[in-house]
Amino acid sequence: MQSFQTHNGIVAILDRDNVDTDQIIPKQFLKRTARTGYGECLFYDWRFDGEGRPHPAFPLNGPQYTGASILVAGKNFGCGSSREHAVWALRDYGFRVIIAPSFADIFANNCVKNGILTVALRRSEIAALKARDQTGYFHLTVDLVKCKVVGHEGFLAEFAIEPFRRTCLLEGLDEIGMTLKHEAEIAEFERRRNGRTTA
Amino acid sequence: MRARTLFDKIWDRHVVAAGPEDSTILYIDLHLVHEVTSPQAFEGLRLARRNVRRPDLTFATVDHNIPTTGNRMALEDDLARKQVEALRQNCRQTGIPLFDLESPDQGIVHVMGPELGLTQPGMTIVCGDSHTSTHGAFGALAFGIGTSEVEHVLATQCLVQKKPKSMLVRFSGNLAPGVTAKDIILGMIAQIGTDGATGHVIEYAGDAIADLSMEARMTICNMSIEAGARAGMIGPDQTTFDYLRNRRFAPQGKAGEKAESHWKTLASDPGARFDKTVEINAAQLAPFVTWGTNPAMASPVTGEVPDPDHEVNDSERGSILRALEYMDLRPHTRIEDIAVDRVFIGSCTNARLEDIRAAARVIKGYKIAHRIHAMVVPGSQQVKSAAEKEGLHKIFTDAGFEWRESGCSMCLGMNADRLQPGERCASTSNRNFEGRQGAGGRTHLVSPAMAAAAAVAGHFVDIRRWQYKD
Repeated sequence: MQSFQTHNGIVAILDRDNVDTDQIIPKQFLKRTARTGYGECLFYDWRFDGEGRPHPAFPLNGPQYTGASILVAGKNFGCGSSREHAVWALRDYGFRVIIAPSFADIFANNCVKNGILTVALRRSEIAALKARDQTGYFHLTVDLVKCKVVGHEGFLAEFAIEPFRRTCLLEGLDEIGMTLKHEAEIAEFERRRNGRTTA
Repeated sequence: MRARTLFDKIWDRHVVAAGPEDSTILYIDLHLVHEVTSPQAFEGLRLARRNVRRPDLTFATVDHNIPTTGNRMALEDDLARKQVEALRQNCRQTGIPLFDLESPDQGIVHVMGPELGLTQPGMTIVCGDSHTSTHGAFGALAFGIGTSEVEHVLATQCLVQKKPKSMLVRFSGNLAPGVTAKDIILGMIAQIGTDGATGHVIEYAGDAIADLSMEARMTICNMSIEAGARAGMIGPDQTTFDYLRNRRFAPQGKAGEKAESHWKTLASDPGARFDKTVEINAAQLAPFVTWGTNPAMASPVTGEVPDPDHEVNDSERGSILRALEYMDLRPHTRIEDIAVDRVFIGSCTNARLEDIRAAARVIKGYKIAHRIHAMVVPGSQQVKSAAEKEGLHKIFTDAGFEWRESGCSMCLGMNADRLQPGERCASTSNRNFEGRQGAGGRTHLVSPAMAAAAAVAGHFVDIRRWQYKD
């Protein structure tokens, strides 16, 4: 897995709460059997009209967000379906960090597996980022080693992250490989379990 | 010994080892697999030269992208067919049993598992689908996972997890006639919000829950994820044990008795501590109808579409405005005055035999309203054939409904069953997100009886005043 230590990038703002994974990637793109190539499908029904032309009003279509790699959104980002395609689409589009007041559980798990960092900040901190956005495009540096988000104009926010998630991202861990190192314990668990009629 | 919750008991019994940092390596008893979220996981295994550790604890079916029409074996959609064929090949190569299109047991994965007795109390159950929470109705710890975790379980039969928090939702009082499990869960989500249970495993308890059938309990646990919960569960009781008797994969005879005596220990101890508790008076719940674009945007059928100007919170007001615009609804419109174009009775939330019976009872002796397109998609082939044995399909087709083969269908519109832009649908499914049932489509979530009544009336009606003709 791709590791994550620190990232500097352009910030895009999507000022909506409860952005669900059906919006992040609509169902018609879930029939593929590959893990890549979903960037063009990201927010498809919001980004494009029925003829596939970009909606000028959709934030990510704005020229100031070209090349953005940090997405700032509303609370409960990624709610709904467990589709990891949503994370693959965000990653392929170029996002490495999502900042929001809160995230849905399965989505946040899926992000870790794909080297994307989810950062939960306070509403007031996000409001400051939105205010900064009014004056033109800007960069942030997101530092997972120090758990800090830093802007050039004095913006500074600290964030908390579950220790295991942080380690996975910092080291780009192969989680399956790690679990397989516990082979003896898994086998022992199964031996005990086989002696029972129930789970 | 410290008083433990049902969730604690299941968790403790499945700890294989402490994982790194704050994580635990948790054993998974049952892994359900479907065609849409698994191909990349099998591909990952192949690339890393890893095997499926326990094909005997893994069961697959096709449900998400398949047609529900009579000639569905042909799988005319090329991409959908390739995905189904990939699953067939993956199951063949790894020895995973597959309940394929022609199987009499094929069905939506969360309808099929319980029906076959695969789902049992005390188990840990996962599937690459957020509605895996359904299986918690049996007193199991069941949750949805992404494709990377599907690969992890295939390879190791374990998951590395941080233990979620616990939450008790207690429903006191008894449901009024016409108010169903769907209304219980929509009422709860409307109260606590779509992130009200994020990071938590919910245990549903109280008299109103104890009185429910297994099918109704599944409807409630199914939608736990719509409140953000990691899982939802209900302590197993005699209703649970009776349901499991004579199911194919459930322990029978002596083994069944032994299992039952263990299952009886799977209740939260008196005094067990929950991180969060919510109390809801079930007696005060009415039939619910959603008016917006997430499941918390719901109103009693006797209510009206809210006025965004009455909302003091800016971001909430923005969400309501956006939702009303998408749904093409004006503030203060009475819910009963909302007319529908389509009716969908189906999904892992509400397509079990009891749901089909409830809808049929409403329809009996009536015709659906002019210009309405209505369909019933049974949750499994077993549900379909059981309903047909009771003659329920005739009631639906006589009324003007289409009677389909089983699958996820228009709950998520991956197959040809979709809303057209601007169409408004009364749906027994679980999500009213923008475009969920088809780009530009407008979804109102309701119970099966409420959906059936809307098909007849052409608009929402309060099912508590329905004139039954049986």
